[in-house]
Amino acid sequence: MNAWVGVELENLSIRFGDFVAVRDANVNIRGGDFFSFLGPSGCGKTTILRAVSGFLAPSSGNILIGGKNMKGVGPNKRPTALIFQNLALFPLMKVWENITFSMEIRGARAAERRKRADELLEMVALTGQGDKLPAELSGGQKQRVAIARALCAEPHVLLLDEPLSALDLKLRQHMRTELREIQKQVGITFIYITHDQGEALTMSDSIAVMRAGVIDQIGNGRAIYNDPATPFAASFVGENNVFRGKVVQIIGHEALIRTNRSGEIRARISTANLGKLQQGDSAMVFIRPEALDMAGADLEGDHYVSARVTNEEFEGDVFNIFMEGDGGKEIKVSLPNRGQSFESHKGRTVTLRYDVKNAVAMPAGILATE
Amino acid sequence: MPRFCHDFLQRLGTVPGLIMLGLVLFWTIGLIVLPQLSMLDFSFRANLPPSEVGGPNDVHTLENYKYLLYGPEGGSQRYNSVDLKVFFRTIVAAACVTLFDLVLCYPIAYYLGQTQGKHIRVLALLLIIPYWINEILRAFALRIIFGETGVLNGILVGTGLSDAPFDFIRNNYALYAGLGYAYILLMIFPIYNVIESLDRNQIEAARDLGAPWWRIHARVVIPYARIGISSGCTMVFMLTAGALAAPQILGGPSSLWFTQLIYQHFNDSSNWPQGAAYAVVLLLSCIVMVLAFMRLFKVSMGDVNK
Repeated sequence: MNAWVGVELENLSIRFGDFVAVRDANVNIRGGDFFSFLGPSGCGKTTILRAVSGFLAPSSGNILIGGKNMKGVGPNKRPTALIFQNLALFPLMKVWENITFSMEIRGARAAERRKRADELLEMVALTGQGDKLPAELSGGQKQRVAIARALCAEPHVLLLDEPLSALDLKLRQHMRTELREIQKQVGITFIYITHDQGEALTMSDSIAVMRAGVIDQIGNGRAIYNDPATPFAASFVGENNVFRGKVVQIIGHEALIRTNRSGEIRARISTANLGKLQQGDSAMVFIRPEALDMAGADLEGDHYVSARVTNEEFEGDVFNIFMEGDGGKEIKVSLPNRGQSFESHKGRTVTLRYDVKNAVAMPAGILATE
Repeated sequence: MPRFCHDFLQRLGTVPGLIMLGLVLFWTIGLIVLPQLSMLDFSFRANLPPSEVGGPNDVHTLENYKYLLYGPEGGSQRYNSVDLKVFFRTIVAAACVTLFDLVLCYPIAYYLGQTQGKHIRVLALLLIIPYWINEILRAFALRIIFGETGVLNGILVGTGLSDAPFDFIRNNYALYAGLGYAYILLMIFPIYNVIESLDRNQIEAARDLGAPWWRIHARVVIPYARIGISSGCTMVFMLTAGALAAPQILGGPSSLWFTQLIYQHFNDSSNWPQGAAYAVVLLLSCIVMVLAFMRLFKVSMGDVNK
């Protein structure tokens, strides 16, 4: 199909009066990729999507689709199709008319449209539902109709504005897989907006983490999760334990940081911050709950922090153990359930083992607020 | 007792519920249905002096309806072409005025309904304020504007666009302008109400899928707004066809509106049965027109209340 049409944002800024919704965004989305903008609500991700689809004019900077500058090109003339958060199906049109609306606009004959509608309905697993009205469908089915309608326009780039947010958890997880499969099948670029890191991580080839109009980090899911560039990215994507402290010593790509409560932690400096940490700087170290392990006291070669256990929680597949951390935030450790019990640990100070490569250091900054 | 009655009484309590029900019934039956029925009865009676009412001559007759069709007995013409002409002109002109109002009001209603901001309230208020003035005064105001020495002619002659004042009144321009203006709000607000509830995303979705603006209206906005459009058209048509003040004040000397004929029968010639028959014909014709219109727009009676 129309594979390999990429999207570039060049120094894109969008202002509403004094409010800067997007500041100087530079993104290069490769053609055929599933690209996600991930961030909390109000971070400007939807604004970017509306600018790409043409409903908003950038205050400065450029949007290029397939190398062509989209300045002055209206939304009805762009090779994009947008799936709205509330889907925006036309309530008075039958499902098949909804799907083939773009063909109707181009003047295609009814028989031809009907045929194409049936093909698309089959693709989104809704065979035989063409004559219903949108109101007669379930949430997940409406979702698929919206996807089929957008694909029918044969866009080079499909834009999705949190389309799964209205669905219940089970359906959402199912639709994730399905969306990914559809994307592989049609081979066009998907730009996906979400505040759900699970969605972004499972579906995307590439993710841009956004905060307050600024893109903090762009990379694949693994890079974002394992090697965050900013405290915000580290704390927004997945769960993370934060240790605050001062740099005592820099040893190559690693730093020794004296934390406020948990002693000295040796950590790897995150790739984006190499060379940016100096002795004496305020720093943050992030260690994921699953990267900490309750250790026997005398194992060698590893690194340790110690903390007092305040609580434990049984989640089925994992135990979560909470410990006193600094700044009122607790440290969380997730251990796989292998039949052990941690009841007796409550109130005791325990030693936690971690691998230096799983402890990530960076200059102190703003965390994501929960 | 029907279920809705039962629910209604449960909700309001028996006594207040019965009072409410009683008032509504009094209003519909006492103030609408019974007077109309008596009007219907009138229309089938001969015009008799008070002394003969209830006497042997007081019988039901179709005379009054025949009069509209054939004119006075022994008249010179086969049909009552004068009155029939007035009748059809009234219906056609009312339909034209309705269409004109629709064309004029749809963009206004769309703008009001789909734009956000404080200025919308101000605009709506500016539309409403003129209607605080009595209908007759508004008609006279238009007469002042359109009159021979009026504002409009003053401008036309003063700027040299026209040599002599144009007689807007004799040519019925003032009449149609007055009728068009009289019920504009009843067109704007039903449409505005519906369009306000239209999800903006639908318009954007249609645009995103390649539709130019006129197709968005044809395919998304108008089908959605059709309930508002039909109730606006119904009201404007009914009221325009039944208008009296505007034709009396703004009509040229030779142009009669059908309501003026009815008025003459009731008032000038004191022929109530004849006036009643004409009024019944007008009412039924309007109802038929409206039903046909609703059929065309696929709107049901229940939708109009929305």
